[in-house]
Amino acid sequence: MADRDDFGATLTFDLSRPGRVGCTLPPLDVPEAPLPSGDLLRDDITLPELSQPDVVRYFTQLSQRNFSIDTGFYPLGSCSMKYNPRINEVAARLSGLADVHPMQSDETAQGALALMHGLQRLLAEITGMHDVSLAPDAGAHGELAGILIASAYHNSNGGPRRRVLVPDSAHGTNPATAAMAGFQVESIPSDTDGNLDFEALRAALDSNGDSVAALMLTLPSTLGLFEPRITQIADLLHDHGALLYGDGANMNAMLGRVKPGDLGFDVFHLNLHKTFSTPHGGGGPGAGPIAVTAALAPFLPAPHVRQDKSSARFSLETPEHSIGRLGLFHGNFGVLVRAYAYILSLGAEGLRGISEAAVLNANYVLTRLRDAYRLPYDRRCMHEVVISGSRQKANGVKTLDIAKRLIDYGFHPPTIYFPLIVDEAMMIEPTESETKETLDAFCDAMLVIAKEAEATPDLVREAPARAPLRRLDEATAARKPVLRWTR
Amino acid sequence: MAHPYIPLTQEDRKELLGSVGVTSVDELFAEIPAEHRDPVFDLPKALSEPELLSYLEELASRSTAGLPSFLGAGAYAHFIPSTVDAIISRGEYLTAYTPYQPEISQGTLQTTFEFQSLVCELTGMDIANAGMYDGASAMAEACLMACSVTGRERIVLLDTIHRNITETVRTYAGGRDIEVVLVPPSHASLTDTDACLAVQQPNFFGYIEDLGALSRAAHEAGALFVVSQDPVSLGLYKPPSAFDADIVVADGQPLGVPLSFGGPYVGLFACRAEYARQMPGRIVGRTKDLEGRTGYVLTLQTREQHIRRERATSNICTSTQLVALAFTIALSTLGKQGLRRMAELCYHKAHYAAGQIAALDGYELASNDEFFQEFVVRCPVSPADVNDALLGCGMIGGFDVSDRVERGLLLCFSELHTREQIDDLVKALGEIRG
Repeated sequence: MADRDDFGATLTFDLSRPGRVGCTLPPLDVPEAPLPSGDLLRDDITLPELSQPDVVRYFTQLSQRNFSIDTGFYPLGSCSMKYNPRINEVAARLSGLADVHPMQSDETAQGALALMHGLQRLLAEITGMHDVSLAPDAGAHGELAGILIASAYHNSNGGPRRRVLVPDSAHGTNPATAAMAGFQVESIPSDTDGNLDFEALRAALDSNGDSVAALMLTLPSTLGLFEPRITQIADLLHDHGALLYGDGANMNAMLGRVKPGDLGFDVFHLNLHKTFSTPHGGGGPGAGPIAVTAALAPFLPAPHVRQDKSSARFSLETPEHSIGRLGLFHGNFGVLVRAYAYILSLGAEGLRGISEAAVLNANYVLTRLRDAYRLPYDRRCMHEVVISGSRQKANGVKTLDIAKRLIDYGFHPPTIYFPLIVDEAMMIEPTESETKETLDAFCDAMLVIAKEAEATPDLVREAPARAPLRRLDEATAARKPVLRWTR
Repeated sequence: MAHPYIPLTQEDRKELLGSVGVTSVDELFAEIPAEHRDPVFDLPKALSEPELLSYLEELASRSTAGLPSFLGAGAYAHFIPSTVDAIISRGEYLTAYTPYQPEISQGTLQTTFEFQSLVCELTGMDIANAGMYDGASAMAEACLMACSVTGRERIVLLDTIHRNITETVRTYAGGRDIEVVLVPPSHASLTDTDACLAVQQPNFFGYIEDLGALSRAAHEAGALFVVSQDPVSLGLYKPPSAFDADIVVADGQPLGVPLSFGGPYVGLFACRAEYARQMPGRIVGRTKDLEGRTGYVLTLQTREQHIRRERATSNICTSTQLVALAFTIALSTLGKQGLRRMAELCYHKAHYAAGQIAALDGYELASNDEFFQEFVVRCPVSPADVNDALLGCGMIGGFDVSDRVERGLLLCFSELHTREQIDDLVKALGEIRG
């Protein structure tokens, strides 16, 4: 770690000295043209002036102030913080992939299109769906596409429907997406076992049932639990002419074991940056492909890759009733390359090995922590386990404190305070990437912290002590926002 | 057989199963309905690392890359400083996620604050967010934000904006009762029901729009003025803030990001300070830790989906942070002098090329308007035929805009083109007969 006392106080703008340059550009080898007139020409711009070593050292020192999968265990629930294979990075940088222009003719981009078509087919097989769009750039982008498809489908099949149902355990993106697409959002409670309250779903459908466009369901749920009545839920929705939307953030639990299409999902989005190992990048880029049934395929976003049967050539097309375009070009191609390489490196057997290890690891963590922490639903879990810090809270130690104390033990905290329906929630997703030794070290730390919460609660409440910074004043940051460098 | 991405050994498995209290992993999947459990997956066999690499190399060789190219039209090949890939390849940046724990995420948070600051300086605007998916989704979100700021439900876009951007705006507006209309710059008159006037600078055809007049047209109707501007051009041209823009967006790809067949790129999003709480996306703010040291945190989060759910300003969650970092490093490396130099080189090369091509028999510039690095030429034959002929000469031509400009070909030039390459292009064009 950098040892300067107040590293954060100095930005590139502060390091800047007039006259320093970080790179050179070719000399002008054509005649100069008259520059734009004064009412258009920029006279000055404030940008850093740094030498190349300045740049490299500053950003390298900053990198050392980040926790990452490469530096430690990162059990952030619902995010599948698994190992990001380096071969995928090599693949995405191959010139024939990285240097292809998106507006090149299809004829000169056959390799890139073949890769996209190949990935469309692999993901269709993995999800058991009819077809796939690679256009969405993230999970929430895929949700938007999927819900717009549901909307377009209903508009052309019996008329508009105005309601979207969302379980109370859902990711925040689900209700936000439905609202963005113009729907009324209604929350469906969970029952005492952590499953969707089936009677509440039935009641919502029966009250003005033909007005429900879709239910957005995460499987396994954000509680890390498989919904045992999933096929009945799908049937009930379909009986009412509504669609079942699948949030696939937790697909790592099901890889190679079950196909969402077989369970009755109509649309299912995948997060390639979660399940399919593409790097999270500090918050993207991701990719959120959506898989759909045959009935919904004509509504897929543009562009979509098709292969001509006779010539075997690939081309970009706009599906017949497409909801339209979601972004500037064809989706996050560089991310797609990585996911494609990942699937090819695993095959069916390897994919199944992923979900097996992910689910086994999570259940092991559950087993080791169940006596020290409250388990809100006493069931086996899938790929992640949700525990509660409510017992520790009674002693004045909050889940936030436990999370910060984990930092002192060298671990990234789990997702906390989510799902919202569990008091003092901690959502732990170990993934398949970890050794038993790492799982044990993490569980040991959690057990020690549980003891500390009783014996030395201040130690936990004051954590972290061994991070680059102590706790930060977020309240002032929001009340008096400083959002940019100023001179 | 063991797989390199799955460390559990057979021995580990036995121990874990024993602790969990099951005899086989299958028991952990028992809640999956039996009739749907363990279907057949028709997938190719796993490839070893060397097999995978040679397969992908073969696939990559099926596309044309590495030839001199005069294609822009929304994605621009520029010099990428070597610092960029060296730093974004570091696992500490590459394999972190959204900085929910600021004490151990200062790398991501501080570089994002740098990004926001650079975007503000570049565009001249008060504040910027941590980035959107790309320039098109940034424009769509800007137009939706203009609707919530003004309480109006009609979006006016100039028809000289990249069609992929206007189509993205339509998709985003599609679920709600928001009308989207396209107008030519000459008829950009708005009414008091319009939320915004959105323009692209330089426009899709490469030409400079009259931002002053367009801004007045928007503001006279009480609408917001939204500008999407090429970031390299901002090294040379006055920023949109000089024309009273309310929201400025861009695709950040030209600075530090490979073409990569269209993505991942990064959307820049900046606006007036008064709209801070209506902005979509993540925002990083500066604060202090318990010991008074400067640090950075995600802030104004009550706008966001994980707090506000169906009342959030947008559903965006994961964006393109690593690409924002690439942009930040590229611009920090280019610096004040480098950006200006890059912009001037693009400008001079494009103007040299325009002069040479206009002098050819059968070719003419489609407009006398001012341009930056792209312009449209009218060809003697169809642009598709011109591009075919150029490909035969070992170069990728321009973008065929004959659906908008008769026999129009959109050509793009940058600091990467040598005079020799431009002269080769001119020579090849001259040999194409009508």
